[in-house]
Amino acid sequence: MSVYLDHAAGEPLRPEAREAWVEAAAVVGNASSIHHAGQDARRLLEDARERLAAAVRCDPPEVVFTSGGTEAVGGALKGLWWSRPSGSDAIVLPDGEHHATLDTVEWLRAHEGAHPRPVALDDVGRIPVAGFEAVLEGAALATALVANNEVGTVNDAPALAAVAASRGVALHLDAVAAFGHVPVSFREWRDGAAGTTGLAAMSLSAHKVGGPVGVGALVVARAADPVPLIHGGGQQRGLRAGTQDVPGAVAFAVAAELAVAELDAEAGRIAVLRDQLIGGVIGSVPGAILLGDPDRRLPGNVHMLFPGAVGETLLFLLDQQGIAVSTGSACQAGVPEPSHVVLAIGRAADEARQVLRLTLGRTSTDADVAAVLEALPGAVERARAAGARSPSRA
Amino acid sequence: MHILAAMSGGVDSAVAAARAVDEGHDVVGVHLALSRAGGTLRTGSRGCCTIEDAMDARRAADRLGIPFYVWDFSERFREDVIEDFVAEYQAGRTPNPCMRCNERIKFAALLDRAIELGFDAVCTGHYATLLDTSAGRELHRASDAAKDQSYVLGVLTAAQLAHTYFPLGRTPSKAVVRAEAEARGLTVAQKPDSHDICFIPDGDTRGWLAERVGAETGDIVDRAGTVVGSHDGAHAFTVGQRRGLALGVPAPDGRPRFVLEVRPVTNTVVVGPKEALAIAEISGDRYTWAGAAPDAVEWTCDVQIRAHADPVPAVARLDADGSLVVRPETPLDGVAPGQTAVLYAGTRVLGQVTIDRTVSAIPIDA
Repeated sequence: MSVYLDHAAGEPLRPEAREAWVEAAAVVGNASSIHHAGQDARRLLEDARERLAAAVRCDPPEVVFTSGGTEAVGGALKGLWWSRPSGSDAIVLPDGEHHATLDTVEWLRAHEGAHPRPVALDDVGRIPVAGFEAVLEGAALATALVANNEVGTVNDAPALAAVAASRGVALHLDAVAAFGHVPVSFREWRDGAAGTTGLAAMSLSAHKVGGPVGVGALVVARAADPVPLIHGGGQQRGLRAGTQDVPGAVAFAVAAELAVAELDAEAGRIAVLRDQLIGGVIGSVPGAILLGDPDRRLPGNVHMLFPGAVGETLLFLLDQQGIAVSTGSACQAGVPEPSHVVLAIGRAADEARQVLRLTLGRTSTDADVAAVLEALPGAVERARAAGARSPSRA
Repeated sequence: MHILAAMSGGVDSAVAAARAVDEGHDVVGVHLALSRAGGTLRTGSRGCCTIEDAMDARRAADRLGIPFYVWDFSERFREDVIEDFVAEYQAGRTPNPCMRCNERIKFAALLDRAIELGFDAVCTGHYATLLDTSAGRELHRASDAAKDQSYVLGVLTAAQLAHTYFPLGRTPSKAVVRAEAEARGLTVAQKPDSHDICFIPDGDTRGWLAERVGAETGDIVDRAGTVVGSHDGAHAFTVGQRRGLALGVPAPDGRPRFVLEVRPVTNTVVVGPKEALAIAEISGDRYTWAGAAPDAVEWTCDVQIRAHADPVPAVARLDADGSLVVRPETPLDGVAPGQTAVLYAGTRVLGQVTIDRTVSAIPIDA
């Protein structure tokens, strides 16, 4: 038996995306070449750019394909930092952001003299708009998750974009976990408020919507002018030089298009499974607590605290039974760190190691939910017993 | 059996896991993360805690087709091994951290957790032999005397031995293990052995200790208490050491002097002639039995005081005050409190005692 409940780490590749990917890989030609072969490749690439732009609701020239979400986030933050208005050196950085963001801002702090301005999350993991706005004044740039990849809380992205615009601060949105799962509209968020500065860039990743790993995109607003990190052939507005990955772009576009087309129906179906899972766990595992926002959360995200049971142990026990789940947090040498997101929503360090993230997606079924509901109570009991032998750690 | 193979990333534990798989056991590979500050790449042959070592273990598990996990024991390791190591030095004793790791981590924290999670045994790449007899399970030396690791396993109790599996114990030599690893396509076949203390990656134990216990100037005295020199920190000295004393006052007889004792409370190092190193009796209050406890009050055995020391015939007895006293037939050299004495009957490990007290073979005024 194999039950996959880690869709947030990687959504299974959509068959349509795989077919398009393989087909495009057979096309001869470099999309930058002038001859007919190059033109064939270029046509596929620009078709893909248009289709992805339509799915994200932005203009095609705003789409810059990257190697994934992390490159997009890094390119946005560093690029916007180096094109910041003179005299500003603060970066608005809410707690609980993804490590792609945290580590980039930390690098900018250590090497470039950036001053991070934290924004505390509320107890369900949401970025308070007022708290965000309060530290925007005079900042070089701001960043925010559209939806938190660990606890699944969906932020009020339009409101965050609006306050950034009203304060004249360039905003980067990390939509890696959100895109394809909740409605995303770059254009509406960008144009929601007057002024040229506001939503400047947004990061996306293909494998979160059933596209291939190794492909992502940074949506860069027409008005934004980030400094490129990669120099060379001038491709993609000069923002990301290098021969373009046509098959990857095509597969991403196909996956994104399908995800957005199915979003309403699938989000509804998956949210029903999610709520069955949450209700079932709370009903069968003594002491289990749902973290994150119970209402405004990603349709596939279940994030639970199991007091007394180490998440790493639970993951192991479930994996022994063929059930793949996650502790949700970053790994150092294969060892999960206490989740900084769980800490950011006010939980203790011990609790931050006693969580599991179970994420559903396109291929999830009732049977998956039933399987984990059958295995989890025993696993928690066993993990609690194992934890008791080595208190506060395991 | 459902077996947890502890995989360090070295060749021994990889081949041990492979043999467990061949035996038909249901094997899961586990790498212990013992340091959160481990480097990315291995340097030289030291340590086992880098990400590269974890990757070597993972690739060996891949090759064997077994599941693989990294378990974090870094906090336990820091408390039970590293901090213990520092505390022992501060108390003037000479600890063996590998032994402590076996006692507290591999065959305690890890084994307990394995049992709780449904495993029957922990398999490691140690060179030692288990023998199941009517009287119970016994721990014996490995077939290859040069690789024998029964000494560092001397801390294991009957309960621990019951859930332990050492597939390499009867292997004639390390070369055989390397050849087998090669034949199995394990990439670690020619990986150098790890040496030294894994949490002191540059091998500079004195420098490492100086950072943690401080280095304060103190006196070097002879056995009569006369100051004959000074030092920059008593922790840097071990019993039996001759070099690096830099004594200003020569010995009256002009003969070389050796460290006889380290007194951390007064930050004093005691030196004397080589003969004064000879120890006629050792004793300690902390001992364990690798199987049933001896049924006699006094018995003959062999005693071994270091991993690669020769065993020496001895008489051991249990005193009424609860201490275990061992008198070797011929005096032992270079014994320091904190060291472990492992008692053997032939190839069989009887148990071990942590040395608290030593009695010199030569009276003080000799």
